[in-house]
Amino acid sequence: MGNEEEIGKIIDYSGRDFRYIGTRTIRPDGVDKVTGRANFGADFTVNGMIHGRVVRSPHAHAKIKKINVDKALKLKGVKAVVTGADFPEIDINDKAVGEVVVSYYDMAHNVIARDRVYYDGHAVAAVAATTPEIAEQAARLIEVEYDVLKPVMTAAQAMKKNAPVLHKHIVTAGVEPKPEKPSNVASRTEFKLGDVAAAFADADVIVEKEFSTQTVHQGYIEPHACCASIGADGNTNIWCSSQGQFMVRAYTAKICGMETSKVKVIPAEIGGGFGGKTVIYLEPLAVMLAKKSGRPVKMVMTRDEVLRATGPTSGGTARARIGAKKDGTIVAGELELVYEAGAYPGSPVALGCMTGFAPYDIKNVSCVGWDVVVNRPKAAAYRAPGAPVAAFGVESTLDVLAEELGMCPLELRLKNAAVEGTQAPYGVKFNRIGYKETLEAAKAHPHWSAPLGPNQGRGIASGFWFNIGGTSSAEVMVNEDGTVIVATGNPDIGGSRASMALMAAEVLGIDVERIKPLVADTESVPFSMLTGGSRVTFATGKAVIEAAQDAVNDLKRRAAKIWDVDVDQVEWENGQAVCIESTQHKPLTIAQIAAKADKTGGAISGRANINATGAGPGFGTHICDVEVDPDTGYVTVLRYTAIQDVGKAIHPSYVEGQLQGGAVQGIGWALNEEYVYSDDGRLLNTGFLDYRMPVASDLPMIDTVLVEVPNPGHPYGVRGVGETPIVPPLAAVANAVSHAIGKRVTDLPLSPPRLLAVIDGK
Amino acid sequence: MAKVVLPLEVARAFADGVTDHDVEARDVRALVNALEARFPGIAERLSRGTAVAVDGEIYQDWFLEEVRPDSDVRFLPAIEGG
Repeated sequence: MGNEEEIGKIIDYSGRDFRYIGTRTIRPDGVDKVTGRANFGADFTVNGMIHGRVVRSPHAHAKIKKINVDKALKLKGVKAVVTGADFPEIDINDKAVGEVVVSYYDMAHNVIARDRVYYDGHAVAAVAATTPEIAEQAARLIEVEYDVLKPVMTAAQAMKKNAPVLHKHIVTAGVEPKPEKPSNVASRTEFKLGDVAAAFADADVIVEKEFSTQTVHQGYIEPHACCASIGADGNTNIWCSSQGQFMVRAYTAKICGMETSKVKVIPAEIGGGFGGKTVIYLEPLAVMLAKKSGRPVKMVMTRDEVLRATGPTSGGTARARIGAKKDGTIVAGELELVYEAGAYPGSPVALGCMTGFAPYDIKNVSCVGWDVVVNRPKAAAYRAPGAPVAAFGVESTLDVLAEELGMCPLELRLKNAAVEGTQAPYGVKFNRIGYKETLEAAKAHPHWSAPLGPNQGRGIASGFWFNIGGTSSAEVMVNEDGTVIVATGNPDIGGSRASMALMAAEVLGIDVERIKPLVADTESVPFSMLTGGSRVTFATGKAVIEAAQDAVNDLKRRAAKIWDVDVDQVEWENGQAVCIESTQHKPLTIAQIAAKADKTGGAISGRANINATGAGPGFGTHICDVEVDPDTGYVTVLRYTAIQDVGKAIHPSYVEGQLQGGAVQGIGWALNEEYVYSDDGRLLNTGFLDYRMPVASDLPMIDTVLVEVPNPGHPYGVRGVGETPIVPPLAAVANAVSHAIGKRVTDLPLSPPRLLAVIDGK
Repeated sequence: MAKVVLPLEVARAFADGVTDHDVEARDVRALVNALEARFPGIAERLSRGTAVAVDGEIYQDWFLEEVRPDSDVRFLPAIEGG
């Protein structure tokens, strides 16, 4: 676990004295979760509810010639069947802009196919029946005639000249002159700083390597699940687990052709998302089935469906080239990324281009990215979308450069580390950042200097993530007894309820136990952007701070009325109103003021609706020790340390958990996880036995170090922390394995057969 | 005048490949309108999934953000998150 005393010595954190911020309070969701009382998406039931099942394509690429639902409809207990024909057609250019670009056309066609299927598992119909078993039986009775087409399963295949083209309307964007023919290459993105060619010509040492990664899934434990109910007036309730109830409302309303005001989304507890629940799959199907049947419809995916049809993140390749002077000064960097977007455009390749070299102060950088559609499920966001693959390429190549220069890889990074004022590859100059501090913490950590044994290796790698702000809202309501409810519109996927309560406690000056944080439905709080981008503790936290301050102002006004003094005479200290000019008035506690709320103007509350700016970037550095069995190629992670600039840890235990979780997911990406397809494009590993994610017994305790360089854009110095920790592990593990076996590994995952082939020189 | 940097793809499509431009405007909306006057069609393109960084501060969904005469304004891909 992180040693804050030690960190205090490393970083001169000049923060104020906090009363509640930085304490390790009891998790507000903890008891419910460990006692099984927490209600997740699949736990919801409602009177009269029936059950939905999805019919999915067994083909990776096919035309749908005909769908016959007659037999299914005749089965006793079947109440409704829907196909793509039941949904309104959406204009091909209809896109949501703002938070991210969303093609409603692609989204609608991904939720349920129309004339073509684009991946194994693509939904083609859905059925609702009185029991899950009847629904399953009915799903098997739905007859779909396909004209099977040749799939393209990899970007390399898709980019070939005569490859089958998935979408006739896609021509490569970002290329001039604009191509006339359709292509599987959806777009080309480029970022450039300085004179890259001249800088390479001036370099003493140039290293260049190519790397590959596979499609991996976010791997959340809870499958997608929802329940939808439509009243006679068309008002629709959706109970579901997601990363944004407002996101579910907007997308479902659009795809089903409904007004937003007709849809209410009630968030359930969420059993993991990691970006994979920033999109919808089941909700429109459940709504349409409920509409047709007149009954509430519940739908729960199996793990097989989750893996075949949701997520994953892009597999991709990275070619990195770095030029340096003999003293280790990096003068030029070049990165070319090719990401598989899945069935529809929109891989995070541009973000990969922006993040790969971001930890370094390099004056001449070129990054080019290609977004390529293939016959796999449409890629969804996954922690720090796009960044891990780019970092794998850059951080591995840096390791090679360090070897070429005969330099310590940590010192090479320190020499070139981005600091305040450094221009990132995407052109923006950093504000106060703490990357260098993470490297210094790594250098000082006992892990870095611990001895290694035979067949063991140590790797180090760093990573960057932007972190974002955005629209958030919060309501702070003072109850009659002086306890407080803090309501926000963001699902709690990483401990945000605890953070919200702590920040409200800090402003209100009352014990955090007296504050109840809750995640409200779409009709109980104003709009918030979804939970993602490491934005909630930062942005929604800012809203909570403002709302709590608003409530404090209200409390001061009420105290002034009780005392019959001007409000300017009232100050708020340690959870009490204090009359500064008169000693005859004893301080009033929040409970005493609340008790007289009826007499002073009614309910007491505060609110804030903000579009938060000032998000501080996150940087992390990870150290990994491995041992490789030379006979089997099996890799054991012996020791792992994750170090990150977290700004200010509001609840350190949750922050450490974020670092540990990100590291573990990254280790899985590096060592085991991959989608395995048959030659005809069917996913072969559709369960957690075959899609092997790390479990607790696979790994050592992940040590964490929380470096706190306050973000000047937040009142308490908060930086987002959830995404950065998945960026370094791919390269940290690969660098460690490379050192253990004495050969550079470039292709993930480093599963035993693949690694054995490298060891044996095959 | 503010220094404006367009994404390479946008510059190639609308501004003969020239990424850097000087624009006088008091906010991002006015700045984009000024760019539209020079490069017809660019406003619609910059409204689709494009964030803006004004003096290092990134705004995901730009509109009325203040632009000073010496501001550095860069259009970027919008940043999603996981």
